[in-house]
Amino acid sequence: MRAILQPRHRSALVFLAGLALFTLCVTVAAHFGLVSTSFVKTLGKTLCLCLAALAMDLIWGYAGILSLGHMAFFALGGYMIGMWLMYARTEEIVIASLLNGGLPATPEEISQGIATQIFGVVGASDLPAIWGFAHSLPLQLTLVVALPGLLALVFGWLAFRSRVTGVYLSILTQAMTLALALYLFQNDSGLRGNNGLSGLQNLPGVTAGQDTVSVWFFWASALALALAYVALHSIVSGKFGSVIRAIRDDEARVRFLGYSVESYKLFAFTLTAVICALAGALYYPQAGIVNPAELAPIASIYLAVWAAIGGRGRLYGAVIGAAVVSLLSSWFTGGRVPSIPLGFATINWVDWWQVLLGLTFVLVTLFAPKGIGGLFDRLAGVHAPDRKGAPLGPDDGSLQEKEAQE
Amino acid sequence: MRFLSLIAAALCWLAAVPAIGQTAGEIVAQNRDQIARPSRQTIGPVIAALAASGDPMADDILSAWADKRLVIRKSDDVLLLSAPEGDDLALTALDGTAAGNTAPSEVTALRPNAGVRGLIATALVQFTLSDPDPAKRRAALASIAQDPKAEALEPLRAAIDGEDDPALKAQKQRLERLLTLRFDPDSAARVAAISSFGSDLGLDLRGALNPMVATSRIASATPPDANVARELRPGRDLTEAEAYDLLVDANLAPARLTLEVQRAALLANLKDGAVGGVPVAELNTQAARDRAYTALEASGVVPVAATDDEAAAALATARFYEVYAEPDRAVTDAAKAALGRIGTTVGAMQTADLALDGLSLASIYFLAAIGLAITFGVMGVINMAHGEFITIGAYTGYVVQLYIPNYTASILIALPLAFVITFAAGVALERLVIRHLYKRPLETLLATFGVSIALQQALKNIFGTQARPLTSPAWLDGAWVLNAVVSISYIRIAIFVLALAFLGFFLWLMKRTRLGLEVRAVTQNPGMAASMGINPDRINVLTFGIGSGIAGIAGVAIGLFAKVTSELGTDYIVQSFMTVVVGGVGSIWGTLAGATMIGGLQKVIEFFNPSNTLAAQTYMILFIILFIQFRPRGIIALRGRAAGD
Repeated sequence: MRAILQPRHRSALVFLAGLALFTLCVTVAAHFGLVSTSFVKTLGKTLCLCLAALAMDLIWGYAGILSLGHMAFFALGGYMIGMWLMYARTEEIVIASLLNGGLPATPEEISQGIATQIFGVVGASDLPAIWGFAHSLPLQLTLVVALPGLLALVFGWLAFRSRVTGVYLSILTQAMTLALALYLFQNDSGLRGNNGLSGLQNLPGVTAGQDTVSVWFFWASALALALAYVALHSIVSGKFGSVIRAIRDDEARVRFLGYSVESYKLFAFTLTAVICALAGALYYPQAGIVNPAELAPIASIYLAVWAAIGGRGRLYGAVIGAAVVSLLSSWFTGGRVPSIPLGFATINWVDWWQVLLGLTFVLVTLFAPKGIGGLFDRLAGVHAPDRKGAPLGPDDGSLQEKEAQE
Repeated sequence: MRFLSLIAAALCWLAAVPAIGQTAGEIVAQNRDQIARPSRQTIGPVIAALAASGDPMADDILSAWADKRLVIRKSDDVLLLSAPEGDDLALTALDGTAAGNTAPSEVTALRPNAGVRGLIATALVQFTLSDPDPAKRRAALASIAQDPKAEALEPLRAAIDGEDDPALKAQKQRLERLLTLRFDPDSAARVAAISSFGSDLGLDLRGALNPMVATSRIASATPPDANVARELRPGRDLTEAEAYDLLVDANLAPARLTLEVQRAALLANLKDGAVGGVPVAELNTQAARDRAYTALEASGVVPVAATDDEAAAALATARFYEVYAEPDRAVTDAAKAALGRIGTTVGAMQTADLALDGLSLASIYFLAAIGLAITFGVMGVINMAHGEFITIGAYTGYVVQLYIPNYTASILIALPLAFVITFAAGVALERLVIRHLYKRPLETLLATFGVSIALQQALKNIFGTQARPLTSPAWLDGAWVLNAVVSISYIRIAIFVLALAFLGFFLWLMKRTRLGLEVRAVTQNPGMAASMGINPDRINVLTFGIGSGIAGIAGVAIGLFAKVTSELGTDYIVQSFMTVVVGGVGSIWGTLAGATMIGGLQKVIEFFNPSNTLAAQTYMILFIILFIQFRPRGIIALRGRAAGD
């Protein structure tokens, strides 16, 4: 008990308490109908995005690897769970419709019916081999973790082995997500091309209405966020965290000290990919549809934007950044913000929100590199040494100065 | 009935045997009833007689007939030619003398049906092929080439000797050989015509040869009496299911029972909750349904369907052949050999065409990436807003064209203007944002990304989401066509020249000027350069400005052939990054190598999978990721700050 109450765990405890309180409030509000089902879904989705941002913070804020491809793992997780949801849901429909045919359906007829239902839109009528596990929830859940994890492992191994670092690595990860998106856009990729997987909000075998299901998913998202936060907090406050921070600040020095830098990076990269995939698996059943546009490079850049605005190198910063930016974004683009008449023109926020976001982002990078998290430092009275802009160490890409404390 | 009409045709032909020296008028008079009520089956000899009469009026009579201008005057029942003249018709007798005017109501026009008109048109070909007007002769040749018919062969041969225009004569001779190889009754003449072409690349030749070697598959118990291309073995050359379908088509085997038919048969024989003794509830497996169907077969209520054993036995006894539609073996062999020769030449030409395509794509990537590469080399930052600078360049071209309608002048103004505008934007970006982030390259990436989304959305709000036109001057329209396979559009040649010009410009700038010297010094070691009296700040601003300016020029060039939308730059930015990464930063030759490699690679992959450009890009990016394994610093790696360690 005393170990938990140590000062270095204080932020995690505060965060968990806040999350629990938030979950309780939303649950009560949803129960009494104070908030709409769609708003509960929005909050649930936001929690999933926070989870992804948490992973982004580990890989970028702590390990110093700016990955511009983590949303690919997020979307892949969504695709994997979506395959089961769509298969099982279609199976129910097909069996029901075949029952009217007079004869009980044979397994061949059922699978043929499912294939036609799912792949009719792309002009195919056979179930591709990659749907071989789609009939089974446990197998497909394994794939949610295994496929993105394997992809990250292979990609990371290739990249880190050849010592691709810095901006190069960022561009390479961006290329990876673009390649994946372009592949999935094809109709013969076996995942319905640009139609993506749809109807994911309907849980097979569940008769409860969307208002109930949305609260379930909200709870699941909150639980996943809490568990991931605890896990990541214990990782970064332990020895592993020290090593990856050291790698971020001076990779060569850590290598000379005898650490296997590549293994540490690879572990961090794969772990965050898996967390992103889990977040995606929770996100897309709430969103209802997953398509290749979700893998566009811009999505992953937004993930970095959230982490940066929230404040890198502190886990709660990423969560706050993701929540604030994505909720503001849906508020502005939802058309509920009043337009500003300027006389000669009107600023319609649906159109100009992205401009505002882009400029805000530039300003945050320039003037508040610690992001929103920096405010908490100020409240806690933590100050960085004023070195008049001189670097602390040799690596241009490091963030030591922002973490150094007086 | 057909027999009767044949006899009638023969009789008519006898009646209409053209006596030499008969005039067209006489022939018409002889066959007057036939001409007034022509039938497709019997009118042929009459038309042939008219065409062969040698009377100069025959042409006029035939064309008037086909145009429904051959009329019968009601008053005296005489056949006349008519031509509209005001409200009246000007009449001409069949020997060419004028016969006055009359009102349209005074005559009855002959209206031959479409079949007869087709026959007349074919007969007319020989007249038009020897028409004094070359344009008409050319049109006649084109119409024969478009729709080759056996009937056209004789008139065409007859028209070759009299041709005095050498170009048309060559065309006629080529067309004559094309028709010969398809329609000549003599097999040797056809083979000779085929081999006379050698490895000609013409599409018309391939269009004529390909149907000759087209094959169909048949099943037969005995070797068929046809031009057999090869024998097929089920399981190796074709699947057993396909082979069985051929057997069914040839009536050598009963059709297999499909699942739908079986299901319908079971449903039809459903009695008291059971079919053939099997309860309905148990019919949820294929085996149970087969059992029920067999029971129904045994009781004789459904037809016996082939079982797997029977099907296998039928397959074992039958033989399968691929046969040519063309019956003549010598001709198909010659055609195959000719197609083989053509294929080799086409392959070589396609390689050349592919190289040209790759080169033009490479020059686009080079233009888009060179600015990025230089700023990355000098400052170690990647400008994510580079794509938006390309877009700004394209929109500059569009706006200039709004004010200057002359396309040539507007492009000449737009190019420097785009450079100036994006140069200014680049300098502003460097001064306002990037200068403060030199020690934090990853954050530069993100800050410039912020600029990128703001700029992109602002451009979308200003110019709208639909594509804006950026029209190239007329002299850039069209393509440089080398032959039927190799061609390249003039716009792409112009972009290639532009890329070459900038390659030369940058080489000169970097190797021959003071600025270039300083840029190279800062690229290699900024600290040392600064202590030698070079102002790195000034170098940074200038290189960033020039790099952005080139993006503007690339934007105008890309806008000439791509849709100008606010997402124009985004489409090229990732490829530009790839070019820089593959080529190696900060090196002009590296960028050139990277652009050539990426452009060429993309075209090659597209060639192997032409229907799917998405897949091509996927494989290209995968290739690049693997390539980085072997040359992590690009093809041409720099030493110094740009190398990163």
